[in-house]
Amino acid sequence: MSDTLLHIENLQVRYGGIEAVKGVSFDVHEGEIVTLIGANGAGKSSTLRSIAGLEKPSAGKIIFRGDDLTGRDATSIVKKGITLVPEGRRIFADLTVLENLKVGAYLRNDDISEDIQWVYDLFPRLKERSWQLGGTLSGGEQQMLAVGRALMSRPKLMMMDEPSLGLAPLIVKDIFTIIKEINRQGVTILLIEQNANMALKTADAGYVMETGRITLSGTGEELLTNEGVKAAYLGS
Amino acid sequence: MLLGAYTYAILNMPTELKLGTSVYKYYECAVRFDLGFLPSLLLAGVVAAVFAALIGIPVLRLKSDYLAIATLGFAEIIRAVFQWETLGPITNGANILSGFTDLNHIYLPFTKILIPPTFFVMLLSGLCIAVILLLINSSFGRAFKAIRDDEIAAEAMGINLFKHKEMSFVISSFFAGISGALLAMYQFTVKAATFKTAMTYEILLIVVIGGIGSISGSCIGSFLFIACNEWWLRFLDESSNNIAGLNIFRSGFRKVVFSVIIMVIVLFFRKGIMGDKELTVKNVRQLFAGRKKAKKVSEGGESHE
Repeated sequence: MSDTLLHIENLQVRYGGIEAVKGVSFDVHEGEIVTLIGANGAGKSSTLRSIAGLEKPSAGKIIFRGDDLTGRDATSIVKKGITLVPEGRRIFADLTVLENLKVGAYLRNDDISEDIQWVYDLFPRLKERSWQLGGTLSGGEQQMLAVGRALMSRPKLMMMDEPSLGLAPLIVKDIFTIIKEINRQGVTILLIEQNANMALKTADAGYVMETGRITLSGTGEELLTNEGVKAAYLGS
Repeated sequence: MLLGAYTYAILNMPTELKLGTSVYKYYECAVRFDLGFLPSLLLAGVVAAVFAALIGIPVLRLKSDYLAIATLGFAEIIRAVFQWETLGPITNGANILSGFTDLNHIYLPFTKILIPPTFFVMLLSGLCIAVILLLINSSFGRAFKAIRDDEIAAEAMGINLFKHKEMSFVISSFFAGISGALLAMYQFTVKAATFKTAMTYEILLIVVIGGIGSISGSCIGSFLFIACNEWWLRFLDESSNNIAGLNIFRSGFRKVVFSVIIMVIVLFFRKGIMGDKELTVKNVRQLFAGRKKAKKVSEGGESHE
């Protein structure tokens, strides 16, 4: 599409002796929805976690809007405009919905009331439940809250780790509709999914990861019709 | 608390007393100045906070149980160091420090009006609680709660884990230092041997009984704990209460009953008396309103939970 927003070059992540990500390179362009698909243990989450600064990459480069972010801590990466919706939602169960959103905007010093309104417009359910404790929400609502919380930092790039995990198919559909809507409003999205079908239908570009390496890449359409992908991830 | 108590005692004790032989019998006191009552009290908190900051750097790399064990270890180390003879000129070794302003001699600043001891303690702890409340309800406090709930998510939101843990450690130590100074004023004397692990456990017990995560719970917990220990159960220690032949009422029996009560509380109130809820006018009202609502629900058969 247009400018490269995020450029990953030969990224490697190690946990002790185990090499989870063995040199991954890809680009995310501004305004796109990009998806990484792959089986369990392919290194998708590790890739996202190292971009978010939760894990230090052992080699490689992470360039975001021209700045080298390799090995920076999570605080400065969130400040730069990258945010992560962590796997399994991980909302703050003992905080209210509104407090959860406020924590999402923790690093900001400006007025956040407009953004709270923005999140409430995207997820009217959250507004209804703004005084409820996060832990009392249903799975789908918690996922909405996790997305809303991430949006509160006004990210340029939102990374989502398995947003469909453990949710009913109908709710998964809702979540993907909202992902598209958020993207339309100018947030670039990097998504990892095991639900490859849904992810590829939504995405502009996709990469297939296998045991720490990218083995295939293409547009969402191309990957959807690729015989290898069909056999391995789409179950047909 | 030990640091706070010592700082307060050493700084506040009048200089002529320090130079005399009544308190520093075996050492020559090295601290040859004294400060007023309020500066000493404040510095008691500050010194505790500074030490906490230093201890926090290695200790906060640990998690949960290990963190608790390591801090307990440091508490023992500090106690031992304060009893060390080489530090005698400052800490008076293992001997008692006394002669500083105690609770019965607190005057309103610049006047000769005595403040009643109970009132003073209430005032000071009320002030501390107010500061803590303000802190918790700020965005800073929200970050603390977020870390408590989920460290990974908090980090992903850009909250610097180490910085915030260190801050919370330092802030709580500041208040512990002040409470140490209060304890010194209450006891009239300071001695390192008072601050054994048993004391740490007592404080921990108060918090657990009251409810971790609840300020009003901690207040209720400390009242109950002290009242049971020192007041309500005293009659169990009186051997004059014994019915002929039964000899169970004797000094120390109070402690037995007390431990049973604590076990019962821990068994039936897993999260402490208050849990993580606060005692507020609104909550008390809700409690009564909630009962009414529950009645209505059971009549109408429609629940809104």
